Amino acid sequence: MMENSHAPPKSFVGKYLFSTDHKIIGIQFLFSSLIWFAVGGLLALAVRWQLAWPWSDMPIFGPLLFVEEGGKISPEFYNMLFTMHATIMIFFVVIPILSGAFGNYLIPLMIGADDMAFPKLNMLSYWLMWPAFACMIMSFTMPGYGPGAGWTSYAPLSTLVEAAPNSSGAQTLWIIGILFVGFSSMLGAINYLTTILQMRAPGMSFMRLPMTVWTLFITALLQAFALPVLTAALVMQLSDRMFQTGFFTPAGLIANNAEAVAGGGQPLLWQHLFWFYSHPAVYIMILPAMGMVSDMISCFSRKPLFGYKAMVYSVCAIACMGFLVWGHHMFISGMSNILAISFMASTMLIAVPSGVKVFNWIATMYGGNIQLTTPMLFSIGFVSMFVIGGLSGVVMAVPPVDIHIHDTYYIVGHIHYVLFGASMLGVMGAIYFWYPKMFGRMMSSWLGKLHFLLTFVFLNLTFLPMHFLGARGFPRRYAAHDHIDEFAELMPLNQFITYAAFAMGAAQLIFVLNFLVSLFFGKRAEENPWQSTTLEWQTASPPPHGNFGFQPEVQRGPYEYSQLSSDEEDFQPQSTNKTNA
Amino acid sequence: MNRFWSILFFLVPFGVLAAFTMAALGVQPLGGAWLPENYSESGVAIDRLWYLVHAICAFFLVLPGLLIAWVLWKYSGANVDSAKSFRSHVGLELVWTVIPAAILAGLAFYQLKTWSAQRVDRPTIKVGEQELLKPEDVRVIARQFGWTFVYPGEDQKFDTLDDVQIENLMVVPKDETIVMKLESKDVIHSFFVPSLRLKHDVVPGMIQFAWFKPTRTGTLDVVCAELCGWGHYKMNASLRIVDRNEFDLWMAEQEDRIKAPVLNPVNDGGP
Repeated sequence: MMENSHAPPKSFVGKYLFSTDHKIIGIQFLFSSLIWFAVGGLLALAVRWQLAWPWSDMPIFGPLLFVEEGGKISPEFYNMLFTMHATIMIFFVVIPILSGAFGNYLIPLMIGADDMAFPKLNMLSYWLMWPAFACMIMSFTMPGYGPGAGWTSYAPLSTLVEAAPNSSGAQTLWIIGILFVGFSSMLGAINYLTTILQMRAPGMSFMRLPMTVWTLFITALLQAFALPVLTAALVMQLSDRMFQTGFFTPAGLIANNAEAVAGGGQPLLWQHLFWFYSHPAVYIMILPAMGMVSDMISCFSRKPLFGYKAMVYSVCAIACMGFLVWGHHMFISGMSNILAISFMASTMLIAVPSGVKVFNWIATMYGGNIQLTTPMLFSIGFVSMFVIGGLSGVVMAVPPVDIHIHDTYYIVGHIHYVLFGASMLGVMGAIYFWYPKMFGRMMSSWLGKLHFLLTFVFLNLTFLPMHFLGARGFPRRYAAHDHIDEFAELMPLNQFITYAAFAMGAAQLIFVLNFLVSLFFGKRAEENPWQSTTLEWQTASPPPHGNFGFQPEVQRGPYEYSQLSSDEEDFQPQSTNKTNA
Repeated sequence: MNRFWSILFFLVPFGVLAAFTMAALGVQPLGGAWLPENYSESGVAIDRLWYLVHAICAFFLVLPGLLIAWVLWKYSGANVDSAKSFRSHVGLELVWTVIPAAILAGLAFYQLKTWSAQRVDRPTIKVGEQELLKPEDVRVIARQFGWTFVYPGEDQKFDTLDDVQIENLMVVPKDETIVMKLESKDVIHSFFVPSLRLKHDVVPGMIQFAWFKPTRTGTLDVVCAELCGWGHYKMNASLRIVDRNEFDLWMAEQEDRIKAPVLNPVNDGGP
C-alpha cells in the first residue's frame, strides 16, 4: 500500500463530514450537486412559467415571493432567474458532479490506488464549495433578487452599479462565489493530475486506463490551464466594481443618468477572457460524461471499445483545439471580422474528433451482445442527443448563419441538447451504473427505465422547438415576447415548451424516489453486478477504507469482453490477483 | 421490450427531421416558427447557407440515428448468443474522419464570400477618381432601453443644427445600401432585425458600422439581442422600408418639424 495511506476515521464527523476519504468526498459532491440540480431546475421552471404566461400570477409561489408585485414575476427577478439557473447548472451541478463527484469517487478506484495523492487538499476542495454556496444563497437577498447580468456577466452591465439593480451587491457576491468554485476546481485538478500520474497500480500503463480516467485526466488539464484566466478576469471585474479600475469600462458612459467614473477599458476584453475559460469549460462539462459513456457502452455491448486509441487521441485533440475556438461565441460582438474567420476554421475542425467518437460508439455496439440496462439506455440516449447538439453546433459555426441565430433560442436549444441531453443523461446513466458500488444496493431497474423514457421524450419536446423559435429570430433572455408583433403568434409554441418542461421536471421525481428508496430498500449489490472489467468492480460494494484489501496488479486493458470463447465468463477483469491480501 | 427501445431511438432522427420540415413548410402547430420573410439583399445568401448547412446536418443526423436503431434491433438481448470481438478498423476510422473533415472544410470556404459581404467589405462610393468608404446614412444610438436614430438633415452633414433625431423609428429607402454607425451610451446592446438577417452588437466605446440593402417595402421589428438590463425585453423599435419618393417626403416633413439640437455623441474612444 501507499505510504500516505491514512487510518480510517472513527467518529461520524470524521467519517462523513470532514472526511479525507475520496469516496466520501465524491459522495458529498454528488449529494450537494443533486440538491443544486433541483434548485436550478426549479429556477428553469419559473423561467418557463414567465415565458408561457408573461406577467400572470404565479400560483402558490407567486404570493410568497413577490409580495410587492402582487404575485407576478418582475423583469429584474426574471433576469435573476435565468442568470442563476445557468450559474447553478454550470458551476454547481455539471462541473462538480462530473469532476467532483465521479472524478473523486472513480479515479483512485479505477487506477487501483488507495486514495487521492493529497487527501486533505481533496477535503479542502469540497469545503471550498460551501463559501460559494453561501455567496449564492446570500445573493438572492440582495437588490434585484440576485445577480442579473447572465452567467456570462458581460461588462459593462455587470461592472456599472448604476446599470441595473442586480448589478450591485448581488453581482459582487456572484463573482466571489465563482472565485471559490474556481479554487475548489483548481485544487481538485491538481489532485487528479498528481494521482493519475503517480499512483497507478503496477501494470496500469496509460494505454490501459479506462476512458473515464482518460477523460477526467484531460479535464483536469483543461481546468489547470484555463481556470487561471477566469480567476484573473473575475478579479479584474471585482476591482472594476470595487475600485473603479475600469478594465472593462470605456470612458464617458452614462447609465441611468449617472456618469461612470472609470474609463479607458474595453468591454470586449472581458468577453475574450471569459470565453477563453468558458469554452474549454464546455469540454470540461462533456468529456468526463463521454468517458463514462464509453465504459458503459463497452460493458453493456460485451465488446471491447472500438478504436480505443482513436478515442484517446480524439479526446486529446478536442482538448487542445478547445483552447482555439473561444471566438465563435463572439462572431457578432464587434470583434475583428477577419479574426472571426480563423475562429470559424478552428471550430469546424473540432467537429471532426467529436464525430469520430460518435461513430466509434456505434461501432462498439455493432456486433455486440447488447444488454439494455438502465445505464445503457442513458448512454445510448447520450449518443443520440450529442449528435443533435453537435450538429446544431456546426450550424452556428458558420458565421453568416450565426448572424441570424446568435442570441436567439436556437442557441438555447443547442446548449441544452449538449448539456442536458448529453452531459446530464450521461451523468444519470453513471449514477445508475456506479450506485451499487457507492451504496452497496441496486436501484430499481423498471423505475430507472421509466425515468429514462419520460426524460428522453420530454427533453426532446422541450428543447427541439426552441430551434424553430430561434429560426424566427426569437431573442433569448427576454422576460416577455408577446408585446412584439412579430413574436406574438409564437406564444402557443412557448406554452407547449413549458408544458413539456414541467413534465420533464416531474419525471425527475421518479429518479429522486428511486435514489432515496434504494438507499435503504434496494437489493443488495454484489461486488461486480454488471460483470465489468475495471478495477473498482474487483473490490467490495461499497469499497472499504483504503479501497482494496490487496495490491491490484493490472494485467490487461479495460475492455476485455468476449475475448475468451471457452471461459465461463465473457469478460476478463483488469486485475485477477484479488486474494493476496 | 428491446424492440421498443430500438424503435424509440429510430424515431429520434425522423422526429427531428419531420419537425424541421413542418416548421420550414409552415405546417401547424409549427407555423410561423421559421425564418421570417427576407427583406434584404444579403439575406438571400444567408438563407441559402442556412438551408445548405441544415441539409448536410440532416444527412449526418439520419445516418448515425439509423445505425443506432439498426444495431439495437439486431444485437440486443435475446437476439444474439455471443459478441464479436473486433476492436478497431483503420480504414473505417479514416473514412469517418476524412469525409466529415472534407465537408466541413468545403463549408468553411464556401461561406467566406457571404461573410465578407455582410461584415468585412463595407460599401464604397466614388468621389471623383477615388473610391471611398461610404459614410453613414444614419446613426444608431442605443441606450437603456431604446434606440435613437439620427439623420444628417438637409445639409447632409452630421453634428449640425439640422440633424434629424427620432426615437424608436427608423425609415429607410428601398433598394439602396444603408450604412449605419452604431454607438452605445451605456452597456452593450445588439441591433437585430430578424427579417433583414442583420445583427450587430452595439458596444460602448467602439465605433462600428453595419450595412444592408432592403429589397422590399414594409414595416419590420428592430429588437435588442444582447442582455442590457431589466428592460432588455422591451427595447424594440420599428424599421419602415419605403420607396425613395415616400422617403424624401417623410424626410422633408421631419426636417421641417424637427430642428434638433446637436446631439452629443458618445465619446469616440477609438484611435
